[in-house]
Amino acid sequence: MTPEFRHVLSSLRAHRVPALLVIFEIALACAVLCNAVFMIGQRMSDMHLPNAIDEQGIVVVSMRGGDAAGAAGSVPRDLEALRSIAGVQAAGSVTSVPLDNNGQNDAFGTSPDARMEDAASVTLEYSFLGEGADKALGLHLLQGRFFTAEEYANSSLRPELMPRSHVAIITQSLAQRIWPGQSAIGKVMYSKPLWYTVVGVIADVLCSNDAVRSGGDRGFYYGAFFPIDPAGSVGAFSPANPQTNYVLRSLPAERDRVLGEAVRRLKQLNPAAVIQAKRFTDVRDQYFADNASVAITLAVICVIMLLVTAFGIVGLTSFWVRQRRRQIGIRRAIGASRRQVVYYFQTENFLLSTIGVMLGMALAFGINLYLMQHYQMQHMPWYYLPAGALTLWLLGQLAVLGPALRAAQVPPMVATRAA
Amino acid sequence: MFSYYLNLALRSLRRNIVLTSLMVSSLALGVGSCICMLTVLRLLAGDPLPGLSAHIFFPEIDPQPATGYVPGQAKPMDAFTYVDAMNLLRTRKAHRQSAVSGFKAKIVPQSGNLDPFFTNGVMATADFFPMFGVPFRYGSGWSRSDDDGAVPVVVIADYVNDKLFGGVDSVGRMVRIGERDFRVVGVLRHWAPQPRFYSGGGYGQGDGVFLPLQSALAAGMSTQYFDCYVQGDQRDLRTAPCVWLGVWLQLDSEADAQTYQAFLTHYVGQQIRQGRFVRSDVALLGLTTWLRDEQMVPEDVRQLTRLAFGFLLICVVNTVGLLLAKCLRRAREIGVRRALGASRATIFAQFMVEAGIIGLAGGVLGLAFAQLGLWAIRHEPAEYAPLAHLDVRMFAMTFAIALVSSLVAGMLPAWRACRISPAIQVKEG
Repeated sequence: MTPEFRHVLSSLRAHRVPALLVIFEIALACAVLCNAVFMIGQRMSDMHLPNAIDEQGIVVVSMRGGDAAGAAGSVPRDLEALRSIAGVQAAGSVTSVPLDNNGQNDAFGTSPDARMEDAASVTLEYSFLGEGADKALGLHLLQGRFFTAEEYANSSLRPELMPRSHVAIITQSLAQRIWPGQSAIGKVMYSKPLWYTVVGVIADVLCSNDAVRSGGDRGFYYGAFFPIDPAGSVGAFSPANPQTNYVLRSLPAERDRVLGEAVRRLKQLNPAAVIQAKRFTDVRDQYFADNASVAITLAVICVIMLLVTAFGIVGLTSFWVRQRRRQIGIRRAIGASRRQVVYYFQTENFLLSTIGVMLGMALAFGINLYLMQHYQMQHMPWYYLPAGALTLWLLGQLAVLGPALRAAQVPPMVATRAA
Repeated sequence: MFSYYLNLALRSLRRNIVLTSLMVSSLALGVGSCICMLTVLRLLAGDPLPGLSAHIFFPEIDPQPATGYVPGQAKPMDAFTYVDAMNLLRTRKAHRQSAVSGFKAKIVPQSGNLDPFFTNGVMATADFFPMFGVPFRYGSGWSRSDDDGAVPVVVIADYVNDKLFGGVDSVGRMVRIGERDFRVVGVLRHWAPQPRFYSGGGYGQGDGVFLPLQSALAAGMSTQYFDCYVQGDQRDLRTAPCVWLGVWLQLDSEADAQTYQAFLTHYVGQQIRQGRFVRSDVALLGLTTWLRDEQMVPEDVRQLTRLAFGFLLICVVNTVGLLLAKCLRRAREIGVRRALGASRATIFAQFMVEAGIIGLAGGVLGLAFAQLGLWAIRHEPAEYAPLAHLDVRMFAMTFAIALVSSLVAGMLPAWRACRISPAIQVKEG
């Protein structure tokens, strides 16, 4: 081991510049790899956030620009038509569904004097549920209850465009954020002059609003639902351009047929409206589409980068081998085995890689710190560094194997010939 | 002399095809991915109004209540209430000014069998068109008196004109938007600033219809985005405590900008004395500063561009290594040439020519890789994806990057090569 190392070191000293280049290349590749894989990881984990609704069974039909004057009566009529489609288990109207970027946000506090603009108020994303929408979405109740028929019926809109009834259902994460360690049921949240009593806590449902998501570790889940009487509120948000979303739930196998049938029936009932239908899975995919394409681009760049680095190592080592044919021959002639020759090149590469990945890990850490300071980048967990280092170590050993085996084929005879 | 170097370089490159192709393809991959990302970055972060943006400004004031206010540390709001926007517009202190908001417009075609469809709409005041240099194919924008009288007129984009009227001069014809008819006064040529900075951002083919603000409000149209800073009556956005209008100004000189800034401060002071405002912070941002401030460019793209440059650096280091290996191998040839009278400069030049050829080849191949990459990007679901095309400047840039990279990469080996002393090499041989 020791003599081998000494050989390697003295030979490297003779080829300082190429050796430095290999080290530099490995360091750079290691730094870029760690950061890129970290970025991929962040995006993948966002994409796989759980969402406690029946994602596979839901179809969302949005109806825009229908007849504003007649809209009040049209919602119950439309719902009746939708519920009679074979395979529909539940249907309801909502102002927005999770991840459709249509959710609204407001801020609430815990004291009766709390105002939305108070720093202590928690920003949450909300949407309004019409009767039956809780079942249609498949919200999962953990504590308390869903809204009663009476609460739905009393939920016309105040001038603030919030319901007159004073009840709300919130997610588990939001309940923990506002009332840590307590049960939220029966508690009141205030945004003067509005106040709502929490009647139910549901399993976490995803939010889409950036302002809400940045509000805490679990900001992705700071969601609330209020009841609404759809007949009394269509067009309240945009009189010239009323929009209604219907959520339909069915078995995943029947979903696509339900979607087609729902569009057909709604078109018949509302010839003036522009109707679009989507599976919820498409809503989700669309929301995360940018994440997905960035992750794929990053992955492609990483793979190509590793290939280029490997080519570089193969190229440089091959030339080293050719250049040192005579030395290899001499070593073989004085008794070195083929294994030892291979081992020699592997040791050399191991040494260079080690220095490279050490520098690379430091560089990766530095880049991460810089990005954290200047851009919205999170702290990279430590294990990305050794993982990146290990990858480049293995890559180096793999890349050097070919040239090293060729070196082992150099016959001892070479030593006796003139170069 | 140059052709001789060229001949030597080509010979040398041919002698080791594997190594040459490794160098060329490594460089090409780096250059290709860089160009891809730069093209996308330029598309997203470029100047939305080339030639005009230096004179376009966005004022900001802060109608929020005193709660949590730390003077000097608060950021003014990035939009206006209806009341403040109208106040600023009425004073006409800038060369041109317009209050702008985006909305979703439902177009109901009156002829043929076209279904109703939605398009992005803009509600604005008359100066919008001359201020942003919007080009017209037919007709023109509307007048200030159309603004004041809430006259139901509309300017439509070329693609809407194509769809509704088959591309003919449709000035004077009617377009039904929502439930009202609007008379066409102008048809645009292609106009699609990237991003659509004046109406909430986003990329694509530009807005489809433009209505006078008052006419749109009279017809019951409502903005797409609004942000309320206190609870209050939101049923009518003209009186609601919500910001939803952008105010854009054309200020032609630094002095004008300073005058306007002073006017803003004066205006806010006035509002504070009247008890409408508490916060005194104001800002007057140029268009490019405002774009950065609003973080309109997706951060992802910046990250990817930085990564691509990191990758290019790796590729350059790689090429340096391979060129160096090649040069070490050719020590004897260089020794012989030096012994036969070639100067150091000659050897240096010869190696640089060789590096240059690799750079050009890398550029050509990089161009192919970039096209491949952009083709893949165009098939992504992102909003800007269909716009990702290589333009002439990026085309030139590809070669520049490839050539500079390879010449930089070639410098070290060339320098090493020219320092090889003739005697030793010849002797050893």
